[in-house]
Amino acid sequence: MASVQFKGIVKKFKDNLVLNGVDVDIKDHEFVVIVGPSGCGKTTLLRMLAGLEDITGGDILIDGLRVNELHPSKRQIAMVFQDYALYPHMTVEENMSFALRLRKTDKAEIGARVDEAANILQLQKFLKRMPKQLSGGQRQRVAIGRAIVRKPKVFLFDEPLSNLDAKLREEMRVEIAKLYQRLNATIIYVTHDQVEAMTLAGRIVIMNHGIIQQVGSPIEVYRKPANLFVAGFIGSPTMNFMHGKLALDGEHLRFSSGDIKLTIPPYLLHDPKKHDGREVTVGVRPDDVLVGRTADGCSDKVDGVLEVCELLGHRENLYIKVGETRLLATVEAFFDRSPGSAVQVCFNYKNMHVFDKVTEKRISE
Amino acid sequence: MSEKDAIERRRTVKYLLIHAVIILAAAICVYPLLRIFSVSLRPGDKLFSTDLSLIPDGATFKAYASLLKDTMFLRWLWNSLLITLATSFIGVSLASTAAYAFSRFRFPGKKAGLILLLSSQMIPAGMLILPLFLMIMKLKLMNTYLGMIIAYSVSSLPFSIWILKGYYDTIPRSLEEAALVDGTSQVGAFWRIILPLSTPALSIAFLFNFTTAWNEYLVARVVLFSSKQYTWTLGLFELQGQYITQWGMFAAGSMLVTIPVLAVFLYSSKWLISGLTLGSVKG
Repeated sequence: MASVQFKGIVKKFKDNLVLNGVDVDIKDHEFVVIVGPSGCGKTTLLRMLAGLEDITGGDILIDGLRVNELHPSKRQIAMVFQDYALYPHMTVEENMSFALRLRKTDKAEIGARVDEAANILQLQKFLKRMPKQLSGGQRQRVAIGRAIVRKPKVFLFDEPLSNLDAKLREEMRVEIAKLYQRLNATIIYVTHDQVEAMTLAGRIVIMNHGIIQQVGSPIEVYRKPANLFVAGFIGSPTMNFMHGKLALDGEHLRFSSGDIKLTIPPYLLHDPKKHDGREVTVGVRPDDVLVGRTADGCSDKVDGVLEVCELLGHRENLYIKVGETRLLATVEAFFDRSPGSAVQVCFNYKNMHVFDKVTEKRISE
Repeated sequence: MSEKDAIERRRTVKYLLIHAVIILAAAICVYPLLRIFSVSLRPGDKLFSTDLSLIPDGATFKAYASLLKDTMFLRWLWNSLLITLATSFIGVSLASTAAYAFSRFRFPGKKAGLILLLSSQMIPAGMLILPLFLMIMKLKLMNTYLGMIIAYSVSSLPFSIWILKGYYDTIPRSLEEAALVDGTSQVGAFWRIILPLSTPALSIAFLFNFTTAWNEYLVARVVLFSSKQYTWTLGLFELQGQYITQWGMFAAGSMLVTIPVLAVFLYSSKWLISGLTLGSVKG
């Protein structure tokens, strides 16, 4: 297995700047998920690593070796494509052994490796079938099997589950996690699905507009989002944002956003004087919006009106209007109030995030 | 009458109508061929008979025998076959690679090149006779197979390129990219992945090249001048004299020349299957 380094990667398509100075170090045996919205440049970055896209600027190193001009086949990588990209005129077995046959590997060795991969992915029954005779999930497994048999230094996954239905996606997600435990390989996985990113990754790289927004473990990016984009992108349902102003009130900072007035505790923002008069955005995840109850470390209560309830099974989404601000709270099912009734909400300070309105960067601890 | 019966009746009427149209079209197409077959079997004294029967009275294969024995028909057939097969293989080889470049690569003049190829198809064949004649003469290839092969290959190339380019465009690029990652070169990806998947379009291009070259008369008339080098189209024309035309042999020759085309059509039909790329990508 191998380490991968992206150093100041720039990619331009004519005048369109797609990647603007991407720097990431991926360690040996690491499972890194690159996540971001459509068009953020994540797939382009992966394709550049695979050698399928020219590099406008910067360097890519695999195990310390600069691979910018190296042919894809010489980079010792294997890629699983979003649309499977199985060779339709070959059987499953031929698809999986294609790379080894090209390398003129010994037939017995090819057979052994294909059998091993087929065993791991439960494809033994399908080896003689053509891709068109397989279901979506089976095709995706063949695509993964094709990567496994090559024993590459780095596995690249380009949104491999995006074409599968929700149930199958969940199953395959578990399969990929098990596969990583078994292979202990360096894996770079691109997705736009933050659930996949959170569940699979050792480290997450969050991208937007060709720029890396944050790199960190799933829990880091969830608990300490570096900026507004990360805060809004990671976590489902999305974080609540309240735009307002900080003002010094005696020793304490007060945040006001319409009808919402909160005292900001000093452990969230040190040096209150520094922030006096600052325009900020306060973020609170729906789980940290408490409705009709309070807890240690919570804010003052604010009055709101329950607009809509969405029952999800064991949880319930409550849409609450506080003045002009609409807040989403996720609570235990079943919430015993009907839409239109008055409710009181408070916020869990420990998980509150404060971002500068201009720079959109996190300023709270 | 129940709704189910009405649907069934409508379906039957539709079925009958469709088949009536198909049978009529087939009859119109096959009728001239049957007439020629009938003429080829007639004894010498009944060539101008108005009898409509398929097998005429006193039917004989004499015309076939004398065509094969008394003329250089087999030689003409061989010439045609040689030129046509060479033209088809060369044409398809050139077109398949050129079309791949047009489909997959970005290069200056790509769009202009495609339009130029298309516009060359709009020029009537007759207008190309003189430039082709001059070109082949300057190459000193008059009255040679090679001259004919060059003339035929270049004239059917644009159509083949367009057909193949259109087909390549439908093959997902990710298949080649997967092959590149697996270890092929760009040429390897074309050879191992794209070509096997393009057999329907390659067959169409081959058939087009084959039938065009097989039936061609005008260019052959200009390039070939010794009867030993004639293709069958020129050879059969030899049977037409100033005072007498040997209709029996003419018809027999016409029947015999359809056999290679039929054989090629039947053979290539197995490649004309759709859905070759099914299962490769999410569809």
